[in-house]
Formats: sequence, structure tokens, C-alpha cells
Amino acid sequence: MADDILRIRTPIGIDYTWSSGPGSVGYMRGLENGKLLGRRCPVCELVYFPPRNGVCPRCGVLLADEVEVGPRGTITTFCVVNVPFLGQTIKIPYVAATILLDGADIGMQHLIQECEAADVRMGMRVEPVWRDKSLWTPSLENIMYYKPSDEPDADFDVYARHL
Amino acid sequence: MALNRCAVVGVGQTNHTSCRADVSIAGLVREAVDRALLDANMTLADIDAIVIGKAPDMLEGIMMPELWLTDSLAASGKPLFRVHTAGSVGGSTAIVAAQHVMSGLHKRVLTIAFEKQSDGNAMWALSVPLPFSMPVHAGAGGYFSPIIRSYIRRSGSPSHIGAMVAVKDRSNALKNPYAHLHEDHWTLEKAMESPMLWDPIRFVETCPSSDGAIALVLASEDVADKMPGKKAWVHSTAMRSEPTMFAGRNQVSPRAGEMCAEDVFRKAGITNPLKEIDVVEMYVPFSWFEPMWLENIGFAPKDQGWRFVEDGVTEMTGKLPVNASGGVLSSNPIGASGMLRFGEAALQVMGKAGEHQIEGARTALGHAYGGGSQFFAMWVVGSEKN
Repeated sequence: MADDILRIRTPIGIDYTWSSGPGSVGYMRGLENGKLLGRRCPVCELVYFPPRNGVCPRCGVLLADEVEVGPRGTITTFCVVNVPFLGQTIKIPYVAATILLDGADIGMQHLIQECEAADVRMGMRVEPVWRDKSLWTPSLENIMYYKPSDEPDADFDVYARHL
Repeated sequence: MALNRCAVVGVGQTNHTSCRADVSIAGLVREAVDRALLDANMTLADIDAIVIGKAPDMLEGIMMPELWLTDSLAASGKPLFRVHTAGSVGGSTAIVAAQHVMSGLHKRVLTIAFEKQSDGNAMWALSVPLPFSMPVHAGAGGYFSPIIRSYIRRSGSPSHIGAMVAVKDRSNALKNPYAHLHEDHWTLEKAMESPMLWDPIRFVETCPSSDGAIALVLASEDVADKMPGKKAWVHSTAMRSEPTMFAGRNQVSPRAGEMCAEDVFRKAGITNPLKEIDVVEMYVPFSWFEPMWLENIGFAPKDQGWRFVEDGVTEMTGKLPVNASGGVLSSNPIGASGMLRFGEAALQVMGKAGEHQIEGARTALGHAYGGGSQFFAMWVVGSEKN
């Protein structure tokens, strides 16, 4: 018997091919051109950004009209991440916020900077800071982060139903 | 549709710990199985069918362990069935096993749930960046922390409630020899000083990462009636699901959870859960979920769950003891955690919970949730036939 070898570490990697499907193409092309494009459900009329699979999860129908949302939004809630982990790409501590973009009906996740973590608030108004245009890809990472837009905070009642 | 009766006649679990380097997944699972069979006074040869469950394979990095378990579970010539519902899987696995009996298809069913977290890296597996999104996501804590912040804001809860639940569960775990964490040094003051990991979630308010397994033996009424030992009769089971994300979703108190609770109580003939349920084993991986689920399940009015915690209602000496075993906050072999709730609920009504037994427990609720609070599984078990 080998000398007490109980465990070995064997890292495994997987490369994926992503098929965006017609539902997300508009969203990705929009990002490539600096536009935030969501889609409206023809039944409940709510606007999804990102439009995910191109389907309204409530109504089960294809999302329809493209709608430009943002660029500003409201922080509905957030987490201050102090935990290091394998694969982390952002220096801790950082604020991961749920941002309800103006004109959208569901929040999306992004980073908050140019502001102390302790000063981030529910209801805080924020605006995007874009990467240099030459670096744009079809990704939400074209926005480096959101920063306070120095508007007055949104009232709790305005975003409470999005929590 | 009339269902046949089903009883839990055997419960076996491993001692949960951070790393069981001495056994493979198969060895860990077999340890729980042997204990459950011993408790039921059966052998693997007596078992008609096997239902297993565990969390997503990426958490351990081992794909389809069921392929590898068929031999260690002596499953040759028997149905072996795997259930997937993320973190709630332990609960839904026990329910599927109970349905094997209630349908009349099988008389003796073995059900098992497990996780060997030390074989993989769950934090990594739950933080994989999604294409074309901002990679801010940081594990389960990163997902649930904003929802907890929403609960605190909505309910007006004071900030020490999460710490109170953590101190309670860690103290309860001292009475459970199988629990992973046996920490006797926590006071509310010390808990409040515990560092923020995913603000507003403190370190002490977070579940550990555990290796562990649990197995239950379920039997039909005719089989159970002939057995001398104590049984837990399954009075009702329920499962509900909803999408993780949709516009206007109540993420603090998902509708699927409310519906699941309404269904499990209705089927058990329970009209006043707070009065009729003696003990609860609830899936609380982050301590704030105790007050949140108290409201979602219907034990507490909306925005008042934290008052139950503050008033000691959920302590072992309270009106509604929650997680006398120490709960997920004291042991978290993820895939097993839901079945541990179901099994601990059964142990309570069998009067076999040992030092953490709640005297006179006759009716108990086992609860599990999974995904982004997207899958719910519950059962009500009783010391008497329903």
C-alpha cells in the first residue's frame, strides 16, 4: 500500500461554447455599441434587462419590443463582499449591488465604486462608468462600475416591490 | 387520490465534520446507510428501492456519483433513482421516497442524501461568472445577503436578531453529538463582534462546510405495524418551485414557499400551525432565514418573525423550538442538509433525539429550500397515524 496517500488534488477545467439564442442577441449587440437594451413582455408589459433567455418567466411567452433602459438606476439592495475565494476577479472589499435601471422592471447585478462601502445605501441613485470604447465587447463588463450620480435617494416605496 | 400510509422506521447519520479524508463518498454514504438499517433492524437485502439525492455535482467536482454508488448500496436488480433540486434536494429526495411507499409501489424504501464538501470547492462552484455579466457574484452568501438586507429594512428588525439565532443554534448543537460545530464560547456580545463576511451576514451567522450523509428507511403501514420500535408517520408532504428571477418577485418571502407550507398543513389537517406543530427543523444556512421562514411558512405574521426570535419562542424551551439539532448553521453537508431536517423532525416525534429531544413532541415539520429560494420541500411527521 502506498504510504498513506488518502487524497490527491486534480484540477479540472471546462471550456464552454455559449449559444446566445435570438432572445439575447439584441442585448449583446446593444452592449457592443454602448446601449442597454432590454425587452418588454407583450402580456404583462414588464421590461427585462437583461432579457435572459428571451422569455418572460411569469407569462411564459417570448419577450417582444426592444426598450432602451438606464443608463442611470437605483440601488435596491446590496452586499459588501469581504470574502476571498478561488476565481475572484475583483479586489475585496467590494459592493455588489442590485441596480434597478430606469425603465427596467427587474434589477441586475453590478459593482459600485467611487464611494466608500459604508456610504452605499438602499435607494441610492447611480450612473455607469464605461470602459474605453476600443475595449468594448458584447458584455456588461463594458461598464467598469456604477458610481453615485448625486441625485436625491429614491423613496423606499418606489423600489420596495422589487426586493 | 387516497394515499397509503408511510412511516420512517430507521434513521442513520454520520458525524458531520469538515473533512472525512478516511472515506470516499461511497464509504461516507454506506456509513449512514448501515446506521439507518441497524436502527430499522433490516439489511440491504430487505430493501425494495433506493432513492438518493445530493446537491449539484459541480460542488464536489464528481459527476454522477450514482454510477459509483450502485455497487456500494447493493442496488443490483433494484430501482435506484436520483433527485435534483439544489439545496432542497435532501427534502425532496425523502418526499420522492415517501411517494414510492404511499403509491403502494414499494414496501421498504431506503433514501439517502449526502455531500462531501471537502472533495470540491462549493464557494467556487457557486461563484462561476456568467457570460456577458458583471462577475460580482460571491457564493451563496453573496446571493442571500442582499435579500437579508431587504428583510431587515422591510421588517424593521434590530440588527442583533441574526446573531441571536446563531447563538441559539450553536448552543443547541452542543446537545447533538452528530453536529459538525461544537462551539461553547458564543455569547450575543461575542456574536455581534464576529466579522462581516457578506455584510449584513456575519461569520457566526454562516453555516460551516461539512462532509456528511443521512439515510432513512421508510416502510408501508403493514410492514411498520409489525415492527416493535418507534416510528414517525408521514402525515403529509409538499413541494413547490418558482423561477429564480422574475419582475416583481418577492425574494424575501417567495410565493412558492407560502404555497408549499399551505399545502403541507392542509394535507395534514393542520389549521393553526403555531399551535399544532410542536417542533420545527428548518433550513437556515444563514441565521436571518429563521425569522424570514417563520413568516413565509405562516408561523409568524408578516414582518414579525424577528420578534419570535427576540422573545425566545424558537429556543428549545420556547413555544415553537426551531432546530434543536443545531440545524444547518451547525452542520452543512449541502445535499444532506434537507434530509437532516426531515430526519431530525422524525427523530423528535419518535422520541429518539437524545439530549436535544423536545419533551412531548408529537407533530413536527421538516423544511428545506434550495436554489435562489426557488425550490421548497416540506413534510409533517407525527408520533401517531394520521
